[in-house]
Amino acid sequence: MIREFHNKLVNREITATQLAQQYFDVIEKKDTEIGAYLTITKQLAFEQAKFVDEKIARGEEIGLMEGIPGAIKDMICVEGVRATAGSKILDNYIAPFDATVIRKLKENGAVILGKANQDEFAMGSSTETSAYQITKNPVDTSRVPGGSSGGSAAAVAADEAVWSLGTDTGGSIRQPASFCGVVGLKPTYGRVSRYGGIAMASSLDQIGPFAKTVEDAAIVLSAISGEDPMDATSAKSSDKKYEDFLTGDIKGKTIGIPKEYVENLEGEIKEIFEKSVEKFKALGAKVETVSLPHSQYALSVYYIIMTSEVSSNLAKFDGIKFGMRADDLSESKNELESNKKTNTLPKNLLETYLDTRKIGFGDEVKRRIMLGTYTLSAGYYDAYYLKAQKVRALIRRDFEQAYKKVDLIYCPTCPEVAFKFGEKTADPLKMYLSDIFTISVNLAGVPAISFPIGFCEVEGKKLPVGGQLIGKWFDEEGILNAAHTFEIN
Amino acid sequence: MLTKEEILHIATLARIGVNEKDVEKYQHDLSEILDYFKKLDQVDVTGVEPIGHITGMQNVFRTDANFYFGSIGKQAIMQNVPEEKDGYVKVKSVL
Repeated sequence: MIREFHNKLVNREITATQLAQQYFDVIEKKDTEIGAYLTITKQLAFEQAKFVDEKIARGEEIGLMEGIPGAIKDMICVEGVRATAGSKILDNYIAPFDATVIRKLKENGAVILGKANQDEFAMGSSTETSAYQITKNPVDTSRVPGGSSGGSAAAVAADEAVWSLGTDTGGSIRQPASFCGVVGLKPTYGRVSRYGGIAMASSLDQIGPFAKTVEDAAIVLSAISGEDPMDATSAKSSDKKYEDFLTGDIKGKTIGIPKEYVENLEGEIKEIFEKSVEKFKALGAKVETVSLPHSQYALSVYYIIMTSEVSSNLAKFDGIKFGMRADDLSESKNELESNKKTNTLPKNLLETYLDTRKIGFGDEVKRRIMLGTYTLSAGYYDAYYLKAQKVRALIRRDFEQAYKKVDLIYCPTCPEVAFKFGEKTADPLKMYLSDIFTISVNLAGVPAISFPIGFCEVEGKKLPVGGQLIGKWFDEEGILNAAHTFEIN
Repeated sequence: MLTKEEILHIATLARIGVNEKDVEKYQHDLSEILDYFKKLDQVDVTGVEPIGHITGMQNVFRTDANFYFGSIGKQAIMQNVPEEKDGYVKVKSVL
């Protein structure tokens, strides 16, 4: 789609301003129902579009991203624009700077339409924990779009944006891409700078693109990736144009199917997955079974490491430096007595912290902060966090072993299709299990892409199923080309 | 099951205000998830080095210099501060 719009812009069949207007028209028409956006940035978008139009008018050459409108997950900072991360605690927060990915997109001439809804601080798998609104899956509005980047996925699926950015800590790009029937890419840890992305779990977080096609996702990745002095974990730039690696040929590539992931698949998802494996074979790939024996521990490892890092990262929301402040809550005056007894801070200051965080954070965020505080607390660090970091090393070793035999690993993105609102909100563990195929990827730091491979017929609706290709460290081009080859055939 | 005292201790460490009902809920929720973590007891990690950084990067340096945001930058930062006085962030007394 990006190339198509690019050609139209170059051939002057449409202006960037008209293109942005078209998308705002769709947003106006559809978003009351879908709820993909939290904030619309019309002024910014039209300024950016005008700049591109002037360039075209002067006869200057324009890049692929120039004038192409997209949406940004709310937890990624855009200068001068509200960034809530889906939380009430940042209700009035106006980002004073651009995240590195935003600076790069602006330099590349991309047009920003607005900020997309998400689970609060990216903690959820359905976008239901957003403090502001639910987002409906455009494919079936009685179902969730997945999460946590549900708004970003829904915006692209509903044609309310050409591309969008999300963040992925345990599957938060790939799972909603799968549920909404679009493409979602989690790059290798370090490929894309995280500076200006509000942190959830820093050893796992990555920013990545959503798009309608694999090629579009590759184009956005080329624009946002690269080393950044502001993020010490960012890797050396490759300066690759990922879209140039899409040859449509995967003959001779070896794809490994992890037996631990597929042995319990059932029903239509199993059928669709097996059919897609046959298609990869028909396209010339060799298919082998591989083993990732420590997969069964991934969920435990993930929830220890993630909640520990969450409890530390979210300590900055204290009602002093930025964001919401609550104190002197009359309802909590007495309730808080028990907290205060065990602490030596002055009453006034402690009350501000306790009240602000009690009121500002939602249930799921508080549950994770509590859990992470426990696993990091004196006497438990070795049993939980340290142990988890060791098992994490074994999970990475599984991938290293597998990649001695195969070029890529392939499995479904999720063991299920989009579920209904409220179906899992009461049971945190059940919600967590939704991420079972995606979290190992974050723990190992490898790149992975989710792309549509078929549909399940449920209650008269065709619900999308996603396939997930997992690559070697920094081999984004390998998974992009394999997914692209699947997509165009 | 975690005790009420344990939950109150964690809540205070985490700076999250809780009431009686919250404490009961956390007792249940946290205990259930901690039980699930017991699965890790099965794994033998003798001799395994814990992962610090997943891609193995080491010693990334930058200049330790201050960065001037300009007056507009300062204004943009200060507008997010809940309480300010004479251009400074106002903090409640700590001592």
